[in-house]
Amino acid sequence: MYDVLIIGGGVIGCSLARELARYDAKIVVAEKENDVATGTSKANSGIVHAGFDAKTGSNKAKYNVLGAGMFEELSKQLDFPYRKNGAFVLCFDKDDEPKLQDLLNQGVKNGVKDLRIVSGEEARRLEPNISKEVTAALYISTSGIVSPYEMTVAYAENAFVNGAEFLLEKEVTDIKQKDGVFEVTLNNEKVYAKSVVNCAGVYADVINNLVSKNKLEIISRKGEYCLLDKKCGGLTDATLFQLPTKMGKGILVAPTTHGNILVGPTADDIDNKSDVDTTYDGLNTAFDKASISVPGLNRRNIITQFAGLRAHCTQNDFVIGESDVKNFYNVAGIESPGLTSAPAIAVDMASKIAANLGFNKKQRFTETRKGIPHFALMSDSEREQLIKENCLYGKIVCRCENVTEGEIVDSINRPLGATDMDGVKRRTRAGMGRCQAGFCTPRVMEILARELGKDMTEITKNGKGSNLVVGRTK
Amino acid sequence: MNTCDLVIIGGGPAGLAAAKSAYDAGVKDLLILERESSLGGILNQCIHNGFGLHTFKEELTGPEYAQRYIDLVEERNVPYKLDSTVININKDKVVTYVNEQDGLQKVQAKAVILACGCRERPRGGINIAGARAAGIFSAGTAQKLVNVDGLMPGREVVILGSGDIGLIMARRMTFEGAKVKAVVELMPYSSGLNRNIVQCLNDFNIPLKFSHTVVDIKAKDGRVSGVVIAAVDDKLKPVMESAEEIKCDTLLLSVGLLPENELAGYADVTLSPITSGAVVDDKMMTNVDGIFECGNVLHVHDLVDYVSEESEHAGLCAAEYIKKGASRNSQIDVKGTNGIRYVVPQKINKDDDFAPISLKMRVANVFKRVEVAVLLDGVKIAGKKKQIVTPGEMETIALGSEVVQKVKAGSTLEVTLLSGGQK
Repeated sequence: MYDVLIIGGGVIGCSLARELARYDAKIVVAEKENDVATGTSKANSGIVHAGFDAKTGSNKAKYNVLGAGMFEELSKQLDFPYRKNGAFVLCFDKDDEPKLQDLLNQGVKNGVKDLRIVSGEEARRLEPNISKEVTAALYISTSGIVSPYEMTVAYAENAFVNGAEFLLEKEVTDIKQKDGVFEVTLNNEKVYAKSVVNCAGVYADVINNLVSKNKLEIISRKGEYCLLDKKCGGLTDATLFQLPTKMGKGILVAPTTHGNILVGPTADDIDNKSDVDTTYDGLNTAFDKASISVPGLNRRNIITQFAGLRAHCTQNDFVIGESDVKNFYNVAGIESPGLTSAPAIAVDMASKIAANLGFNKKQRFTETRKGIPHFALMSDSEREQLIKENCLYGKIVCRCENVTEGEIVDSINRPLGATDMDGVKRRTRAGMGRCQAGFCTPRVMEILARELGKDMTEITKNGKGSNLVVGRTK
Repeated sequence: MNTCDLVIIGGGPAGLAAAKSAYDAGVKDLLILERESSLGGILNQCIHNGFGLHTFKEELTGPEYAQRYIDLVEERNVPYKLDSTVININKDKVVTYVNEQDGLQKVQAKAVILACGCRERPRGGINIAGARAAGIFSAGTAQKLVNVDGLMPGREVVILGSGDIGLIMARRMTFEGAKVKAVVELMPYSSGLNRNIVQCLNDFNIPLKFSHTVVDIKAKDGRVSGVVIAAVDDKLKPVMESAEEIKCDTLLLSVGLLPENELAGYADVTLSPITSGAVVDDKMMTNVDGIFECGNVLHVHDLVDYVSEESEHAGLCAAEYIKKGASRNSQIDVKGTNGIRYVVPQKINKDDDFAPISLKMRVANVFKRVEVAVLLDGVKIAGKKKQIVTPGEMETIALGSEVVQKVKAGSTLEVTLLSGGQK
């Protein structure tokens, strides 16, 4: 019998698992995919929003501002990439400039510090590649960027070492309540829990509606992105938003924590909760709209594209808390600024659940987690030292991102380690560079096969059915 | 810090040929750094034949061709290090590399030859929409899996792009029992060699669809299940009404090779936006004194024989530089005009040695009955009449000493296409 069963291994589920792992309770995360951070948590803008954008008084505004304030310390504790890079909201029309003031006012009401409106010239002085069409901008110094999948993995690993269990490739197909206990069907197997937390992202309505009378509707709102080569990294250091106009919400241009440039996302409501295909029109829209902010963007420098699904709740705010069914909690409709809000939501929810179920704090909780040492980010003397300790750090496997065999082996063998190519990629960046795994695919497959004791033909891209090769040659 | 007269980065055909000729020209203190576990570079996965017709007057496989040069290097006891990746070079020619045995090492070189080849353009580079599933490979990755690792990337294949590796892989996959359903080419012509179209597609009845592209990738349960192709208009924009789905489990991409010049960038080497390789002079030297480039890192070749030839020249020039230093007296630019997309070298030194110069070039489109002509101050000094020139086939024009003598400081040298094969 579990005390808490969390459904969904995204940033919401994993952060909650970590915060609940502080208590003397049996915590489990059920995830339908074979790894954490495989859905929306891996395919979003990676922005730590300051909090001016959400309507004052909403859950979004509350958790956004609280969450944003936690990143500095949290990223050090859990060792994931985060940087305060500042942001601009760009205005392209004199007539729209009052809207910048509205945003500023809302930000102040929400508790966001250090907001100011700058002229077009001032914006261009700070970020010279911003379009000449920009007439004014809102500057937000506290805006940041984070690697969302590394953050999620960090949370999961820390939860794991503190005793939380992870059941991977376990899809919730039914939930029943019997004698005050939840019987949750995972594929064909039944597990029991005193409480259930629904962190199922775009599937949160399906899960909620199995249990609660208050039906939820979550719309999958697809966002498509293009990622540009690191050599374009200098195009902007700050995140560049566009002021929402009657023409739509606009597209951002932002650096990633790893030095690429990200443009997107589009916004299209779709019917299919698993459709993360990119589209011809979507990619064009993302790029063309981004070029309005930074005319110097060049299509030739795109190295990959991807799409993610925002879990948009028709109630237009985060749905957080205990439902009409006792001990069944929702953390649903977590769209932007969900990533920023996650740390604050997790702390809040964990303490509420602990209070309701009477959990006590554990004597020992490991607060920090050390990530994989990244060869590419080290000084030469650190590299020298590391190779002396483990010679596998002297063998570079991914030549674009300078990822060594040592890092790949670590990513597989650490707690909740990678079991497939994408898992290795999210943890080490192998295959994330400009050749997009052209050279390192066979090598990473080999290392995965060796470390997991599998045959090369069993190695998958991202779990069941996605085997990279179909067999041996004649 | 260790020192070395000449460090050659890359132990493929370019690096091996450069090492051999530099050694023979008197450079005994040299080092080849190779990131893979054996010398030979990409040739090791090119098990088909057709290599060496120019160099050795016989048809060899890739590994056989590589072995000829490996033998030449071994005979000379040229030192090399395998599994050693160069992570930095600076403009002072300090080369930083790592491997498992030596850890991190820095070598101060007198000269450096960049011979690190090229990489394939990935899916992202051409914005193909659709699923991001297993079963999408660049053709060279598939070639490595099949030929080196003995693994089958798929059973039903569509190939986008008719570059040489794509064509070769169409045949290779067919030999291994896969069904290659189509080769789809965006342009109205192939970027591969004509002989490969005949021997790899026509002989196996594999359809080649010109002026088409892949507009969507379908997937089921994590694996590619089909691709949607469409015709493109004369602006290369897909005509969506013409879209049709081809069922397949694999998409191979052969959509261009890109010289891998990140290291050159660290050393402040000027790159050409057209070739993506360095801008070099007729000594194969870049704008940085003592840093040379040759082979596919400089510009993508279609025959390894030309890589070897160019790289032997680079090795020789590096040796000369180590002995005498740089001579950059009154460089003149070599320009490609009227249908010539690029010419390498891009600069010529007005030297006293009047050494012959080999100009290599590619055209921007298919042209019929033309003369590829070299004009010195507007006057034709060399030319080659061709029934047809295509972007897929590199042209070479050799300028002999007698012609090179005529080049004066301040001259303009231009390679151009003259129509009708007439002046």
